[in-house]
Order: sequence, then C-alpha cells, then structure tokens
Amino acid sequence: MNYFQLFLSFLTIGAFSFGGGYAAMPLIQNQVVDLHHWLSFYEFSDLVTISQMTPGPIAVNSATFVGIKVGGIFGAFVATIGCILPSCLIVTIIAYFYLKYRHLKMLQDVLNVLRPAVVSLIAVAGVSIILAAFFGENRIALYSLKLHMVIIFAVCLYLLTVKKTNPIIVMVMAGVLNVIYNMFI
Amino acid sequence: MATNKEKLFKLFISTLYLSAFTFGGGYVIVTLMKKKFVDQYHWIEEDEMLDLIAIAQSSPGAIAVNGAIVVGYKLAGVLGIIVSVIATIIPPFIIISLVSVFYNAFRNNLYISLMLEGMQAGVGAVITSVVFEMASGIVKEKNALYLMIMFFAFILNYFFKVNVIYIILTCIIIGILYSLKKQRRDIE
Repeated sequence: MNYFQLFLSFLTIGAFSFGGGYAAMPLIQNQVVDLHHWLSFYEFSDLVTISQMTPGPIAVNSATFVGIKVGGIFGAFVATIGCILPSCLIVTIIAYFYLKYRHLKMLQDVLNVLRPAVVSLIAVAGVSIILAAFFGENRIALYSLKLHMVIIFAVCLYLLTVKKTNPIIVMVMAGVLNVIYNMFI
Repeated sequence: MATNKEKLFKLFISTLYLSAFTFGGGYVIVTLMKKKFVDQYHWIEEDEMLDLIAIAQSSPGAIAVNGAIVVGYKLAGVLGIIVSVIATIIPPFIIISLVSVFYNAFRNNLYISLMLEGMQAGVGAVITSVVFEMASGIVKEKNALYLMIMFFAFILNYFFKVNVIYIILTCIIIGILYSLKKQRRDIE
C-alpha cells in the first residue's frame, strides 16, 4: 500500500474543495474513483449516502472510509491528516492576517467567482449519482430505467423543495420506500 | 476570564459536542459555534466572529474543520487549533471507522442493500435541491461573469471531462484579476 499516494490524494481534496458541503464531492470522485480506483462508483455513492446520514464533513468521512479500506486504521490516519492539513495552513495564515489587518475583500471576491463553478461541479457529480440510482449498473437505456426509483426521487425532491422536510427524514423515507417496493410489489 | 487550561478544556468539549451532534453540514456548525462562543461564553466579539466565519467558508476544506481552526486560533493560538481540530475530527473518525467495519457485512444484507439503494435516489434529490438553491441564488445576482463561469464550468467538466482542479485554479485566477480590477475602479 502506498501511503504517500493516499496522503497526496487527500491533500489535493483538502486543498481544492472550496465552498463547503458537497463541494468536496467532485474532487473525491476524481481522486478516489477515477484516478486511483480505491472505491467503485457504487461504493462512492454509498459513501455519499452514509455521509449525509452521519455527522461530520464528507471529506473527513471519505478520508476515514477510504483510508481504512486501502490501508487499515493507519491509512485512515494518513488520509485524514492529508485532508485537514491544507485547511490548517491556509486558514491559519488568513486568520493571522485578518486579525492583524481586518481586511477580507479579495478573499470574498475570489469566493464569489468560485461559487458558480462549484455549483456546476456539484451538479455534474450529482447527475452521475442520480443516473446510478435510476439505471443501476446497467447501460443507460429505456428498458433498464427503474421507474420506482424515479418516483422515489420525485417524491423526495417535492418534500425537500416544497415541504422543506429535513433531509435525513427524506433519506430514510427513500430507503424504506425502496424496501417496501421490492418486498411487496 | 477562565484560566488557559480551563478554556482549552471547554473548547475541546464544545467542539467535540458540536461535531458529534450536528447533522446538516458545515454551514449549520459555524452558526452553532457562533451561538456557543459569542452568545454563551462571550469569548469572541460578534463582528469578529462573523468575519472569522467568512474566512472559514471562503477557504478550501471542510467548513466544520475551518471553523474549528479560526475559533481555536483566535482563543488560544496554535495550541487552540490543535485542540479544536482534534475534537472536531474524533466523532466522524470513530463513526465512519465503525461503519466501514460493518459495511461489507451490511452491504450483503438484503434489507440494508435495498435501503441504501433507495437512499441513493434520496441523496440525488438532496443534491438536486442544494444545486437548485445555490444556482438560483447566483442567477438572482444578475452578474454576467458568474453566469458565464457557471455555464462553462458545467460544459467543460460534464462534456469535455476537464479535471475539476484545473477549473477551480482557473476560477481562482479569474477571481483575483476581478478583485484587482474592482479595487482599482473603486479608487478611481
């Protein structure tokens, strides 16, 4: 096991995920699934699901999950340290200058320009998760479309956007609906 | 004012607690941090805390970790950072370690794998609603540059498979140039 590669990959994820929340997701997919094949896309998709259900940032959760899978508990330490190291350096430097000069203008301008790009990157990663949910591991075609998943998706989206239901409740409901569908219908 | 040791201990316990029980991501956690350290303990001034939160949100990395860093640094320097970051990392580290131990056994259980499969449609919906909310916020700003960046980032990443890192780096450079231009215009 190449611990150095694990460290470097999570260092990259930590250094380039701007905007919090799901911003790290496209980077994790890029490093962990596409480049190094530490997780299959399905395991990655499970990981995003598990992260949504548990406290803790998705990047730290992935570092622990992937680290353990490829290098045991030591791997988890290495990946987690890699993932938080850029934050520790960059945030401390910015906080130091802020507490000295009280000036944040450029930082906020850069973030404003980054945010639209981050939205698009999250959207791209989201599309692949939705396609995986709708089609499973099959080829994307009309005959392989799982209609019940599309319906579960639509119900969830309605609850989230119109009813403003708590995402965790929505997720549990989605899981239960799928169990019911497969057991009884 | 509490003694240094007491303060570090309180910092450790509060960040550990917030990290273990906050569902809903970094944005929620920094709001709770403000409640704790500004409203309850009065360790940080409100205005300063808002700027510190802005730093945590604009820097790369997880917002919860960044929030722990700014608060730790402000309260007790480098030692404060170490204490608050370790406290923030411990809960997800333990929870996900346990999850990974049971993951393979769980995944082969019919009910759990059906549950996870259904939840994928759920997480897809959560991501869709997050993207929709963020994107409509950006569209409302009516800034041509932001709209162009949103459009091209999607096209380049989705259709041309351009690596996310290059897209982010390019945007950082555009952001710096944009900020310099704006500042010069403000001076004139």
